[in-house]
Amino acid sequence: MLKSLGRRRAVRTLAHVGAIAGMLAGTLMVSTAALADTTVHWLHLEQNPPIVAYWRQVADEYEKAHPGVKIDMQYLENEAYKAKLTTLLQSKSAPDIIYSWGGGVLDEQIKAGVIKDITADVDKSYSDQFNPTFWTAFNRDGKQWGIPHLASEVAFFYNKPLMQKAGVDPTTIKTWDDFLAAVKKIKAAGITPIIAGGADKWPLHFYWSDLALRIGGEQAFKDAMAGKGDGFASQTFVKAGEMMKQLTDLQPFQPGYLGATAPDAYGQFGDGKGAMELMGDWLYTSQKSGAANGKGISDADLGMMEFPAVKNGAGKPTDTLGGVNGWLVTKNAPPETVDFLKFFVTLDHERYMANHGFFIPVMKGASDEMQNPIYKKIADDLTHSTYHQIFYDQFLGPNVGRVVNDVTTDLASGATTPKEAAQAVQDAWAMEH
Amino acid sequence: MAFSDAVPKTIKQGTLGGRSLSARQGRIGSNWTVLVLFLPPALLLFTLFVVIPILQAGWYSFFDWNGYGRPDHFVGMRNYLLLLKQHAFRTALTNNVLIIVVSLVVQLPLALWLATLLAQRIRGAVAFRMIFFLPYVLAEIAAGMIWRFVYDGDYGLVASLAHGLGFQSVYLLADRNLAMYAIIVVIVWKYFGFHMMLYIAGLQSIDRSYYEAAEIDGATRGQMFRRITLPLLKPTIVLTVFFSVIGSMQLFDLIMPMTRGGPSDSTQTMVTYLYSYGITRMRIGFGSAVGVTLFLICVIFAFGYKKAFMRNE
Repeated sequence: MLKSLGRRRAVRTLAHVGAIAGMLAGTLMVSTAALADTTVHWLHLEQNPPIVAYWRQVADEYEKAHPGVKIDMQYLENEAYKAKLTTLLQSKSAPDIIYSWGGGVLDEQIKAGVIKDITADVDKSYSDQFNPTFWTAFNRDGKQWGIPHLASEVAFFYNKPLMQKAGVDPTTIKTWDDFLAAVKKIKAAGITPIIAGGADKWPLHFYWSDLALRIGGEQAFKDAMAGKGDGFASQTFVKAGEMMKQLTDLQPFQPGYLGATAPDAYGQFGDGKGAMELMGDWLYTSQKSGAANGKGISDADLGMMEFPAVKNGAGKPTDTLGGVNGWLVTKNAPPETVDFLKFFVTLDHERYMANHGFFIPVMKGASDEMQNPIYKKIADDLTHSTYHQIFYDQFLGPNVGRVVNDVTTDLASGATTPKEAAQAVQDAWAMEH
Repeated sequence: MAFSDAVPKTIKQGTLGGRSLSARQGRIGSNWTVLVLFLPPALLLFTLFVVIPILQAGWYSFFDWNGYGRPDHFVGMRNYLLLLKQHAFRTALTNNVLIIVVSLVVQLPLALWLATLLAQRIRGAVAFRMIFFLPYVLAEIAAGMIWRFVYDGDYGLVASLAHGLGFQSVYLLADRNLAMYAIIVVIVWKYFGFHMMLYIAGLQSIDRSYYEAAEIDGATRGQMFRRITLPLLKPTIVLTVFFSVIGSMQLFDLIMPMTRGGPSDSTQTMVTYLYSYGITRMRIGFGSAVGVTLFLICVIFAFGYKKAFMRNE
């Protein structure tokens, strides 16, 4: 009885093994069939349906013009993408096109040899169409590693009716002291001066980096990266912390801001729960979609101003903080990949996306026809930028970047001092370089 | 005393009698083929997905490595030393201990108390069992998100309560000093039902005649609980404590949607710490050191506990 049971089980197992083998063979056949055509796997992080639809449309156009090439769009959520990317890039099924913020993460990827050098594929006639600041964001030692696609600027966005109610004229805010005075006035009027998504930390690191940019300018940052003097523990960064503390001591943020994520904050700003928010230009669209009524602050009521200057600061008021984001080609991508990217990032497409308010373009002249006054102003700022500082948390690499986010959030909540904060960043930086 | 000692023995004899043992031996001998066919897949999977990753993590923990290519920058024990110096890691460790203590001191007694009520065949017991068990069925992420809303200082239940009572709204998850306690409430809420179910099962397997005999002897309820219920429930209690401690140490997915370990790392646990300081920062070597530390703590606990309390299971 027992024996026959065992044998029956064995037979059943064999049958299962056979079935699995059959399925495997099936998959293999399917995949060899797919190999006859080339498929370019394109991994993106875009959530906004109209933008994705437009990209798909461009990809369809390319497929039509190039029979035998398929463009496969894959989506990953932002944080999930960052967490998975390292593993993903080293797997056999790595995507061919990936999203990049440039900066320190790109350096690591280049060093690891997972990104393709596309210098030979992009001639001067193509690269000359880009604003040089943005093109070179993906250049390392004379080699081109990616194609920029969009740029962003961090600025103060404000709710005009609330500012008016508090009796503050935003156009008169020129310096940090003006700004602090305005915050006091708004608070006195019973309005929350600033909305911030403190749970995500990076929204608060904008204050520290913008202040450091105004205090020390380009030179202070480059010196710190080169390890000159006290590096990130130098006077510029300690002072940035002290000035940030001047602001946070006024308790300018909405109650519970440390528990609010960036998207929570977009919605709160859109709902008119606070007068200002320091954010990248994407706030323009996200405050609308995040607002409870789905509309947010109307174009007429939304204002924008650059980060105020600091008295006797070495940085110019025309220095900008933001990002340059683009696309990288992975090592084993098929040759059609770069070709598709050059088809995708063209003046026409950039112009279309700029005119539809998708984002700020990186090609020369693409923003000329922009109608939206806020986007137009940002595009102008970026075109005339004397130095475009890429987000610290991207530029300094994944580890030091997160340390910056941590300590600036702690600064805001009073858990650390300006000196300790700067020292923590320097310690993290020194350990890696 | 003699009474409580004698009972488990008789129970054990019933289940692990000599006859069944010899039958098992015979089965192993005669079914070599089954063993050869069935062991390799399990062994292979176990080796591939458990043993090798553990060894790899141990190896990586001695390197400064961002996950790209091969680890080549050997740093010896540096990752472990860094870990000990890190304030956030100490917070994570303290939080883990706190969760364990609350689980043992609040959650398990609560579960046991409810179980003694609901193990009886009274009206509505089944319905209440279901209700208390519901939080456990819910996915951790979903539960975390629900509680994020509950605790929300603007729109949440806590906010409405505070407003209703005329208080200023509190932002529990945004407060460094309160967030961890807010999370602990959720942990207790989420898992007490599971332990309660285990206790109910344990209670129902206790022979009613002991209680009847005790009643005739004039024992009070408290005496019955201490002299009959607790000793006979000991194997179940030992098991729930084990689950509770190991579960507390692995806590991750409930915290991520609520606070992600913030504000200022005040709600980190070992695993959220590993995730935010190892994986998202591309410090795989450092993260591995955290993993190895966590693994060692778990292993030492598991084996020590098994040796001390679960020798006869």
